[in-house]
Amino acid sequence: MAAEVRRSAEGLELTLTGEWGVREFDTLEAQLAAVDVQSAHLVRVDAQPLTRLDLAGAWALHRFIARARAAGAEVSFQGAAPEQLRLLDETLKEAEKGVEAGPPPPPPAPPHGRVMHLLIDLGVHALHVGGNLKQGLAFLGKASVTALFSAAHPKHLRPTSIARHVYDTGITALPIVSLIAFLISAIIAYMSARQLRGLGADIYVADLVTIGVLRELGVLLTSIIVAGRSGSAFAAELGSMKLNQEVDALIATGVDPFEVLVVPRIIGLTIALPLLTVVADLVGLTGGGVLCHFLLDMPFSQYIGRVNDAISDTTFWVGIIKAPVFALIIAAAGCYRGLQVRSSARELGRLVTVAVVQAIFFVILADALFAVLFMEMDI
Amino acid sequence: MDPVVQVQGLVNRFGTQVVHDGLDMQVMPDEVFGIVGGSGTGKSVLLRTILGLQRPQAGVVRIDGHDITQMTEAQLRIVKSHYGVSFQAGALYSGLTVKENIQLPMLEYLKLSERALDDLALLKICLVGLSPQAAGKYPSELSGGMVKRVALARALALDPSLLFLDEPTSGLDPIGAAAFDDLVLYLQRELKLTIVMITHDLDSIFRTCNRVGVIVDGRMISDTLEGIVDNPNPWIQEYFHGERARARVEALQHGA
Repeated sequence: MAAEVRRSAEGLELTLTGEWGVREFDTLEAQLAAVDVQSAHLVRVDAQPLTRLDLAGAWALHRFIARARAAGAEVSFQGAAPEQLRLLDETLKEAEKGVEAGPPPPPPAPPHGRVMHLLIDLGVHALHVGGNLKQGLAFLGKASVTALFSAAHPKHLRPTSIARHVYDTGITALPIVSLIAFLISAIIAYMSARQLRGLGADIYVADLVTIGVLRELGVLLTSIIVAGRSGSAFAAELGSMKLNQEVDALIATGVDPFEVLVVPRIIGLTIALPLLTVVADLVGLTGGGVLCHFLLDMPFSQYIGRVNDAISDTTFWVGIIKAPVFALIIAAAGCYRGLQVRSSARELGRLVTVAVVQAIFFVILADALFAVLFMEMDI
Repeated sequence: MDPVVQVQGLVNRFGTQVVHDGLDMQVMPDEVFGIVGGSGTGKSVLLRTILGLQRPQAGVVRIDGHDITQMTEAQLRIVKSHYGVSFQAGALYSGLTVKENIQLPMLEYLKLSERALDDLALLKICLVGLSPQAAGKYPSELSGGMVKRVALARALALDPSLLFLDEPTSGLDPIGAAAFDDLVLYLQRELKLTIVMITHDLDSIFRTCNRVGVIVDGRMISDTLEGIVDNPNPWIQEYFHGERARARVEALQHGA
């Protein structure tokens, strides 16, 4: 029992015992709330038996005393009042002064009807989307101008930095890209073999794998992996540099962050992704061959012959031409979202997610546009 | 009286680099103990070791008599709820508001009602001299001085009796730093805190510390403020009697 209550003729006598700390705060509050102060004229508090009173305990006591006084009771202490109460009063007084000195709260917005609300939300949202679009365009414009400038003045090209990004986004991605390409083409070969065998046409498995991997899957899967790996890395790297004020430091030193951070990443990835795609194509064709050999008993020489027949002049190039475009999309999304980070770690996480999701979305959208384009061109 | 913090024979090594080589340190109750040392002498490593953030190669670190180097994570957690720490750059959680930052330790260790949480957090905000309007702000919206104050308020969230401050006045202007020192002193007096602080700020040392420990060559030389300025060690002499320090030492001796 942290507070003993005795009722006498003229009021209450409260004896506080034990520890009154933040750990006991809930029990204290509950106990004090249960004390009825309505009928008391005098409340006498004896705080001397307390072994410990911290600020939270004092706050509980302060609240109780305020309640008793509001109910019309006179509160006094046996001996001196605890020092912590004085500290509390001082603090609260200071705080009140601060509140008075602070700026007045903004007037509440006038009430709107439901339809009006919807319209306002729609408008705000539209403005937001418009602003986003404008910012994105500004980013692309700035990045292009800087890239062109750097290309014209090779001194500004930062070859070391570009090489690092080719290594980080390309070389280190080789194992995972190869593995996925191998597995996916094996899966395609297996699925199509099951269907084509019924028609006695399982020799065409090789054609399917070749065209599927070279035209679409090689580049698309590689891009999606790279978007997850490097798009997120770009956004996280630039974002935490932003949080650390490293970007501000660059600007203050007179160094253009687009030149040292954005353009090398874009160029690096634009070099790395087509090369990765070539590897993915090769490994994919191998995967198809291995499956055909073991599952369809098709000798490698026959598989290679079929692949040779299936490849037309454009099959390989139709796939590979997309890689630099996808690389641009991934790098731009990552850098753009990374540089948008402003204040908090949570924002960093959100923008990295947005970067990856948008990179993948725009890669697939671009792939669809390419498909339409190639169909119109009849290749 | 038993020491609140006691470090004995502490050894910290990183590869071949020896940071602490048999360091001893003692902090008594109600004391403001300043840890001083040149860059790279291992002030932060010492603090991290005392806080249990890293285990030393050898030595004993006792907080309230319990050796924390031998504790399991679960035991350490209980010890951690009995002291408050304010880190050098504030280390406020950037995704939480000021109020939520202060409430986080309470939510972690205590079971309190929503209302009690709000009351106690606001109380802490007022206690460190911030206005209640600051409660809803995010760390990125605060000035450097406010960040330090919020970090202090968060360190005080569980009403600890022991407080660790890592460079509390770094990055503040002299007036702001003085005000912060006064705040620390005021809270020390009113809440009967024991404070261990790392600092570079001579003003701060002379204004707040009772005793000072200087890390030299991996060991600590500690003495009262009056005693340490007369210590013959060359680094200490340079530190307290260099160009920047002379006026303050003279003032101290005249005042004494």
